[in-house]
Amino acid sequence: MSFPFAQLEIREDPTQSCQANNGFCPDWIADNFDRYVDPFFEHVLLTVLSVAIGFGISFALALIAYRRRWLISPVTQVTGMLYTVPSIAAFFLLLPITGRGKVTAIVALVAYVLLIIFRNVLAGLDNVPDETKDAGRGMGLTDRQLLWRVEVPLALPEIMAGLRIAVTTTVGLATLAFFAGAGGLGGQIFADITFKSNVVVAGGLAVLLAAVLDGLILLAQRAITPWTRAVAAR
Amino acid sequence: MNTTMAALGQFGDAIDFIFSERESPAGGTRVGGLAELWELMREHLELSLVSMAVACAISVPLGLWLGHTGKGGFLAINASNVGRAVPSLALIAFFVAYVGVGFTNLVLALVLLAVPPILTNAYTGVRQVDRDTVDAARGMGMTGAQIVRRVELPLALPLIFGGIRISAVNVVATATIAPLAGIVTLGDPIINVNTYGDEGRLAAAIVVALLAVATEVSLAGVQRAVTPRGLKLEASPPRRRLAFPIKRREATT
Repeated sequence: MSFPFAQLEIREDPTQSCQANNGFCPDWIADNFDRYVDPFFEHVLLTVLSVAIGFGISFALALIAYRRRWLISPVTQVTGMLYTVPSIAAFFLLLPITGRGKVTAIVALVAYVLLIIFRNVLAGLDNVPDETKDAGRGMGLTDRQLLWRVEVPLALPEIMAGLRIAVTTTVGLATLAFFAGAGGLGGQIFADITFKSNVVVAGGLAVLLAAVLDGLILLAQRAITPWTRAVAAR
Repeated sequence: MNTTMAALGQFGDAIDFIFSERESPAGGTRVGGLAELWELMREHLELSLVSMAVACAISVPLGLWLGHTGKGGFLAINASNVGRAVPSLALIAFFVAYVGVGFTNLVLALVLLAVPPILTNAYTGVRQVDRDTVDAARGMGMTGAQIVRRVELPLALPLIFGGIRISAVNVVATATIAPLAGIVTLGDPIINVNTYGDEGRLAAAIVVALLAVATEVSLAGVQRAVTPRGLKLEASPPRRRLAFPIKRREATT
């Protein structure tokens, strides 16, 4: 098997002094920005898909464990173990099973999201005051109505906080997804790790992506939990 | 069925690589075997331990002091948020490109990676100590330094160790890409697959995964051991309709 992440020759024009001296070259960045566009969107796709799938699984697990408390400890232990395995090792451990490509990367990234979301959803549900639940029951809500109309909405701040942690973590871990053959910004960083301009643009885009996604979730949280602002304004 | 067997076969080859030496696929050198993997692991552990020691020496006192005085809360709390947003590969790459390769530079990068969770947890750990407890200590005539050492530090220890645990696992994981900065750790068979072959790469992945899990499990044990008995008792009374209260030990995930 050939070396899958060969160092690319990305400094095409070593006669230009800036590239030869390995300076920080705005001209080179302007000319070569195209090469970062596709990996950037690959990175977005990896992050969003992994967090979405992971959120679906762990939210469901948390709702089940909320009613059947004995499940909490085994689920926390298994997802905790998955969370501990370094992502770079997880990619290679999965290679013989799922092969090179996006599937391997997404399976590994989903595994990291599980613990974060599970813990936060459960913490959010547990923090709903008993008085509020009693009031809901007194109004004649069934268990299911109580869950979706009272408990989940009141748990939203914690759930969204978990989502923010999950998204920023996943953006970071996805920079290693190129080891699994899934592309992303990490491949660009790796392409020439000693070239200052390259490292700054590729790394900067990853940080920017994390910040933007984090901000978007914060905005969404503000929009769907208007009552938290009302309390703060008092 | 065939794919399952093939998968087992690759894992079998990888385990074989850990225990027996063989000719490198690139020719010339001999790779694999316990002696070589032990050498790689020693370097891996040395890098991780030095980085963690420096990170603890910086962030524990700083977090205690910030928590005690109540200053810089914004910095201490947001440190780990900012730290999480910077991918470890980007951080290492930034150091390789701007600072240079080598053990010291790499330690510096890993320290930057390890400081935020410990700092945030140390700060939170001190701030969440019951103010009445601190007032009682002051009423008994303790000085500020005594309060930090004999009241706030013991009560914050579980959270501090929670932070150390998060950082240590992260540092052990990130030390895997250290060969990019010229330090030959367990990541070498992963990065230089031409020399070690596919089975070497998978073997390294297995060892790195085990090392991370071992770090997590042993530090979780230490965390339990340093939790003051009073705090354990406090955590146990069951809440209403809650047979297994979930423990919230960490301030950051």
